[in-house]
Amino acid sequence: MEHYTMSLTLKVWKQQNSQDKGRFETYQVKDISSEMSFLEMFDVLNEQLIREGKDPIAFDHDCREGICGTCSMYIDGRPHGPWHANTTCQLHMRAYKDGDTIVVEPWRANAFPVIKDLVVDRSAFDRIIQAGGYISVNTGNAVDANALPVDKDKADASFAAAACIGCGACVAACKNSSALLFVGAKVSHLALLPQGDPERKNRVLNMVAQMDREGFGACTATGACEAVCPKEISLSNISRLNKEYLAAGLEK
Amino acid sequence: MKWSDFFTSSVGKKFVMGLTGLFLISFLIIHVGVNACMFADLSIFNPADDGTMFNIAAHFMGSMVVIRLLEYVLFLGIILHIVQGYVLEAKNRGSRSVGYDVKMGNRGSKWYSRSMGLLGTLILLFLVIHLAHFWVKARFTESLEPVSYRGVEMHNMFKEMLIVFKEPLVVVIYVLGCISLAYHLAHGFQSAFRSIGVHNKKYNLMLTSLGYGFTIIVTLLFILMPIAVYFDWVGYHN
Ligand code: SF4
Ligand code: FES
Repeated sequence: MEHYTMSLTLKVWKQQNSQDKGRFETYQVKDISSEMSFLEMFDVLNEQLIREGKDPIAFDHDCREGICGTCSMYIDGRPHGPWHANTTCQLHMRAYKDGDTIVVEPWRANAFPVIKDLVVDRSAFDRIIQAGGYISVNTGNAVDANALPVDKDKADASFAAAACIGCGACVAACKNSSALLFVGAKVSHLALLPQGDPERKNRVLNMVAQMDREGFGACTATGACEAVCPKEISLSNISRLNKEYLAAGLEK
Repeated sequence: MKWSDFFTSSVGKKFVMGLTGLFLISFLIIHVGVNACMFADLSIFNPADDGTMFNIAAHFMGSMVVIRLLEYVLFLGIILHIVQGYVLEAKNRGSRSVGYDVKMGNRGSKWYSRSMGLLGTLILLFLVIHLAHFWVKARFTESLEPVSYRGVEMHNMFKEMLIVFKEPLVVVIYVLGCISLAYHLAHGFQSAFRSIGVHNKKYNLMLTSLGYGFTIIVTLLFILMPIAVYFDWVGYHN
């Protein structure tokens, strides 16, 4: 694809801290290369703001290669921007053309309070994982990988669920701010494997209980989460969680 | 885990919604089946029927003791579905106090899947009108005319229907009520199965198609009823 440069207008959410009401600020950026990533475009803007003695925009990022789930921007009404199965850091400026206006907002959910600007507190996810997203293993020598037979289909489904990077786009996209795609992925990932069996029942009960305590909404299966998930986590993981929860709830 | 914890968790509440939803769907099948008996009077079938089949079917529904008992279960199911629906709607709306400037809209989800609360409310309003038209009259008042077939006396529900559906406004309300039901079902049918834990992709695909088929057939049959009366396709022709 031909390289080109562009000038853009950015409408970005600015909020000093969790108490501040926040507002949109409008910025102009020039000479943005179509080869840049969306975050690099923000780096350019922030350097410009620092040079002007203004407060740079706070945003989350870490790996910048689509694997850590830290980046989180709600771009023009869609978490992680316009591309399918993509993270904000992997969104490239060739998605835009000269003169475009882009609106950038933080993830919105009461369970994800804004810390500053586009940075939200996603520790609710960590607490859900702590509530049950673990397995027990014996220490000592590593067990032979083939000692425990695993059905290929289940291994594949578990692997697909394990691809969840905990970015929270599912919550951001959901009209109910439901975290069930994330929790469904975490529960499915371990429920499908023999290694996850000992804690299987308590895991789903405890993770759902923690999810409810954190103030996420309930799933109404609209499918918005699946549509924006950078790792294409399937909605069927939610249904599997429902089954796991029912089975565990009846027995425990 | 205590039962109360199960049923008050977000997943447990959805389980109740799904289960009651499916129960109400099973009721719709009976309802549409019994009502479709009115079409026996269509000229292509038996214009001399004059509502006989419909009245007998309605009488059976109203007099069978098992069905009368099930009526209580039905109302319980409806109430549970409504109350739980509003509880969920309130919780879900309350989980995002600051909204987005640019909405995601239809990118990724269907408008009706996001409007189950609104559609449910429209159906509830319709249900009140509908119950007042027929069920309340049949159960609690003496306003319905009697008719007898082979010596068995019963309500002439057919005649009542002919009166009710002669009013254009009523026909419009019924059609709108059925359209709300259609969109509610288009999402609810397959979503109910997900809520009770059907996660097999093959089944989900099948249930989604089945849901659309069910929705279209049931809604069309229901909509045809007031229309058939209004345009005199059924009625007393002798
Ligand atoms: S399910 Fe997808 S959208 Fe949700 S946290 Fe995991 S990777 Fe992100
Ligand atoms: S910064 Fe790691 S996924 Fe985007």
